[in-house]
Amino acid sequence: MITLTQVRKSFGEVDVIPGIDLAIEDGEFVVFVGPSGCGKSTLLRLIAGLEDTSGGIISIDGVDATDLPPAKRRLAMVFQSYALYPHMSVRKNIAFPLKMAGMDPAEQERRVNHAAKILNLGNYLDRRPGQLSGGQRQRVAIGRAIVREPTAFLFDEPLSNLDAALRVSMRQEISELHQSLKTTMIYVTHDQVEAMTMADKIVVLNAGRIEQVGSPMELYRSPANLFVAGFIGSPKMNLIEGPEAAKHAATTIGIRPEHIDISADGPWEGVVGLSEHLGSDTFLKVNAGPLGTLTVRAGGEVMMHPGDTVRMAPQPGKLLRFGADGKAMA
Amino acid sequence: MARKVSNTRKAVVTAAAWTMGFLIFFPILWIIILGFKSEGDAIKTPLQVLFSDWTLQSYHDVQERSNYGRHFWNSVILSVGSTLIALAIAIPAAWSMAFVPGRRTKDLLMWMLSTKMMPAVGVLVPMYLLFRDFGLLDSRIGLVAVLTLINLPIVVWMLYTYFKEIPGEILEAARMDGASLRSEILYVLTPMAVPGIASTLLLNIILAWNEAFWTLQLTTSQAAPLTQFIASYSSPEGLFYAKLSAASTMAIAPILILGWFSQKQLVRGLTFGAVK
Repeated sequence: MITLTQVRKSFGEVDVIPGIDLAIEDGEFVVFVGPSGCGKSTLLRLIAGLEDTSGGIISIDGVDATDLPPAKRRLAMVFQSYALYPHMSVRKNIAFPLKMAGMDPAEQERRVNHAAKILNLGNYLDRRPGQLSGGQRQRVAIGRAIVREPTAFLFDEPLSNLDAALRVSMRQEISELHQSLKTTMIYVTHDQVEAMTMADKIVVLNAGRIEQVGSPMELYRSPANLFVAGFIGSPKMNLIEGPEAAKHAATTIGIRPEHIDISADGPWEGVVGLSEHLGSDTFLKVNAGPLGTLTVRAGGEVMMHPGDTVRMAPQPGKLLRFGADGKAMA
Repeated sequence: MARKVSNTRKAVVTAAAWTMGFLIFFPILWIIILGFKSEGDAIKTPLQVLFSDWTLQSYHDVQERSNYGRHFWNSVILSVGSTLIALAIAIPAAWSMAFVPGRRTKDLLMWMLSTKMMPAVGVLVPMYLLFRDFGLLDSRIGLVAVLTLINLPIVVWMLYTYFKEIPGEILEAARMDGASLRSEILYVLTPMAVPGIASTLLLNIILAWNEAFWTLQLTTSQAAPLTQFIASYSSPEGLFYAKLSAASTMAIAPILILGWFSQKQLVRGLTFGAVK
């Protein structure tokens, strides 16, 4: 278990992280998500020990690790740039942490081969990182992390240098790896799709503060505030202010695109501005006058054209209400 | 699409480049030619020199008169020794400045470089007195120390520049992988910096090999390197062009050959990054 108690970090005068409390259970897949500059990578680096804290306590498995060097924390990290050793073969890259631990060479060999088998790297063990594709390099970086059998894995935006298709398959591989290893994973990303698909628990960060912690579906169903409401979910939740919100005794009301039905007797009316056909779905941008522009998710076969007038109805019980302070109302 | 360059333009540029190259190489070529002429021919007008007889007499005389071997070994010991010591000091120094810079790191680097802007002759007297009092005059140890110190700023600067190019995340990865500072420098940083360290080493050997101010001032015979060997042929009792040229050729040949071969090795090292 990893526990953060009032962990702070400031660079000079700037408070990047003003004070965070967080508990990460054993075996959990925790995703730190937030816009760039929200402090999520800094938080990960504090846990890793690559940055010194300005205050607070980080404890790993009950031991105060705040002042321990990275090497003593028994954590493994996968970097965005992969950070492989360019002058070593894949085999030596993966074996490096074992060599540093002074492990017996036969055991090193066994563990490297085991990791290579899990990650499909068997044919590449004698190549150098420069001779591998991006996805293969990422797998080597993961291999280097798993051979040590660490307390937890730290991932710092590991997929952001990969192309879209590869990202989806690597995402699944990492999830499967988590299911088979059952080791704690802390994963940093700015991509809410990665957060939703992989996490047991999502930590939404904004300006160095935790906005909400919860399972993906908790965050999706009941975001604690406007920031989380707007950040989780794709396309973004529709947020409506003004008289329509006042009708529900709220400052802002939120409704997800998938919770608006096209219906002839719906209370809302608008003109289709744009219709995006994805095959499985159609996303409509509807100019709904006083409500603003609404995104509506309709079925894949719905044929709407710009300029068409539509009537829409929010699904009952799916409307979220937010008060003047931006917090969700019961 | 590639830019179109007319053939005339290409010819002109090529000719200009060759002329430039020849002008730069000419003094060395002239020294080599004069070395194979007799003293009498060497002072004739340039065209006459070219068409006079070739002879090995000067080389013979130089061998008779002075001990090339001892000067050569002194040069090797001074240049290689001072370079290795400088590297041993500069690698950790450049490491800390490149990867854990402080607020004053830039100033420190500038200050180190500024020592190279001071004319060496400005500290000749104090240096000479120090050498005399410590009994270091004409000793290899003293000269290795001086050459190490005068080239140290350049060595630190070059290594600093190379180390800066190495992504910090790789060193962080090593730290996460449990590498101690020593292992980090030994197994990760140094192998990645080998091409940079190698070119620093080569350049510094050349600088130390050719260093002619301190080596001439502080040695007489025992520790005298090849610079002293050349200088001994520009004597007050008259210039011996042919012998001076023969001596110069012998003095620069080893470093020219070293540079020629190692440069190819260096380029290979840089492109492959292939270092175990």
